[in-house]
Amino acid sequence: MHSSPTAPPRSFVWTRRIVLTLLTVFAVTPVYVMLSSSLKPLEDVTGSFQWIPSGLTIRPYLDIWDTVPLARYFVNSLIVAGAATACSVVIAVFAAYAVSRYRFRGKRLFTVTVLSTQMFPGILFLLPLFLIFVNIGNTTGIALYGSRGGLILTYMTFTLPFSIWMLVGYLDSIPRDLDEAALVDGCGPLKALFRVVVPAAVPGIVAVAIYSFMTAWGEVLFASVMTNDVTRTLSVGLQGYATQTEVYWNQVMAASLVVSLPIVAGFLLLQRYLVAGLTAGAVK
Amino acid sequence: MTATALDTPPAGPGDKPPAGRGAARKRRRTGRGRVRRGALPYLLLLPALLLELLIHLVPMAVGVVMSFKELTQRYIRDWGEAPWAGLDNFRIAVDFDAPVGEALLRSFFITCAFTVLAVGFSWLLGVTAAILMQDAFRGRGLLRAIFLTPYALPVYTAVITWSFMLQRDNGLVNHVIHDQLGLTSQPTFWLIGDNAFVSLVLVSVWRTWPFAFLVLTAALQNIPREVYEASAIDGAGIWQQIRRITLPSLRPVNQVLVLVLFLWTFNDFNVPYILFGKSAPESADIISIHIYQSSFVTWNFGAGSAMSVLLLLFLLVVTAGYLLLTSRGRKAASA
Repeated sequence: MHSSPTAPPRSFVWTRRIVLTLLTVFAVTPVYVMLSSSLKPLEDVTGSFQWIPSGLTIRPYLDIWDTVPLARYFVNSLIVAGAATACSVVIAVFAAYAVSRYRFRGKRLFTVTVLSTQMFPGILFLLPLFLIFVNIGNTTGIALYGSRGGLILTYMTFTLPFSIWMLVGYLDSIPRDLDEAALVDGCGPLKALFRVVVPAAVPGIVAVAIYSFMTAWGEVLFASVMTNDVTRTLSVGLQGYATQTEVYWNQVMAASLVVSLPIVAGFLLLQRYLVAGLTAGAVK
Repeated sequence: MTATALDTPPAGPGDKPPAGRGAARKRRRTGRGRVRRGALPYLLLLPALLLELLIHLVPMAVGVVMSFKELTQRYIRDWGEAPWAGLDNFRIAVDFDAPVGEALLRSFFITCAFTVLAVGFSWLLGVTAAILMQDAFRGRGLLRAIFLTPYALPVYTAVITWSFMLQRDNGLVNHVIHDQLGLTSQPTFWLIGDNAFVSLVLVSVWRTWPFAFLVLTAALQNIPREVYEASAIDGAGIWQQIRRITLPSLRPVNQVLVLVLFLWTFNDFNVPYILFGKSAPESADIISIHIYQSSFVTWNFGAGSAMSVLLLLFLLVVTAGYLLLTSRGRKAASA
């Protein structure tokens, strides 16, 4: 081990087996519950819990769409998270390029201010932001409160600090000679950014995009205040199953699975980028 | 992780152009005009700056202003009209003999206990798994994917599943503890009463440790293999290597990781909100839920804002103190 030619001692191998097995049980149990319960008939989830379903049914997967307007929430979440991610990544690349490649007055102030916003408790600016959105709507007619646009703006800002910080680290690890050569060849700075720096920074950019999308897909607090019936996203909409007079747990689990699947699949496919992006950027 | 740029200036290797090439560049660049060149970094930053202003900084300032106002339901449509309250809101919040202050203080202590436990366990599990999986073995990739799944799941679906598992009559936890193992004489209530605190820590750890694992896995890849090879030649066993090489190398990352975990956990709203709904049981009355409730139940936004400002001040002091301590420790270590 540790690339030494000798095999690791038995004590290490056994520790590893036992600990990793326990952690696996801890990590997957809820996933198993979600999956198995989503395929159970209703009797199985109202009585005492059963590890093995008494019978399998896809009924819950058909019913979830009628109990709450899940399809609409899904589309809303897709629009909000997709747009927020796209905008946030572009803006973060610009900002990170400036911080990584230029010296300018106020650079330290900028980075410190932006990063310190990560410390703010969300509850502190939830209410002011709500009031500002309402007031902007009243004075200019731009509807931010209750609209997808307002939520998109909010989410793209939430993810900016971490994204910029991670990308600065990543861009710093790309040799300056690369874009300087492009500048010498007569490219403008923006052309150098898009032709040379961005292609070299793909793992970092993908990592930032995953992070942004997951944040926007999962946010609850602002979504619960900033959306209305039409623009409601999944994070709030899913709670609709629990407010029914009787909770159909098999449907709740089926809906949870449907909502989780795209994001978990995407995450697991792209996770090596996240590790690479973190290795180069964050933990250096 | 947010803190690396706070205590070390973000001056990358790119701050000084190499001399020879720089001269050629300068000649080329002067043709473009001074003003544009100087303005370019600011133009690149402008979108980020505007967004931060609109969504983060201005609302923050408004929040601080609100905490000095008597902002009750009467004035909510027209909050500029609300009368100034001076320090009244703060006085109410820190009057620990009166019900409001007492409840806030209790909520604060609960949050501290919750944060220490959740961050401690998350870090412990994360670092253990990362170190045990540092070297390749069969199934490591699959195992890594499994461990990251709790982090990848949207927080609400994961926590809803946990709330199902923690149900008294049809949940998995009681089925195992009561029905299968017979450890309790009665099925336990997990989501109300004192046990709610345990449930909250459990779910929070389940959700957070994969992040520690992810960050530490990435950090371990930056330790050069030669260090291990050299120590193996010197006869160091694997346990010694972990103690002497791996753990010390992780120190800088740990310092930042623990700070980030602390801030996220202390401010966490999602997990308790989804686990318990709008009103958390007393034992799990986390500060963000507490403030949310005191704002939206009493519609006294002035008092709620004052509490948020106090919370922010506390976090600022802790973060600054932590950064000061760790950077001093680092200096002492390198000296």
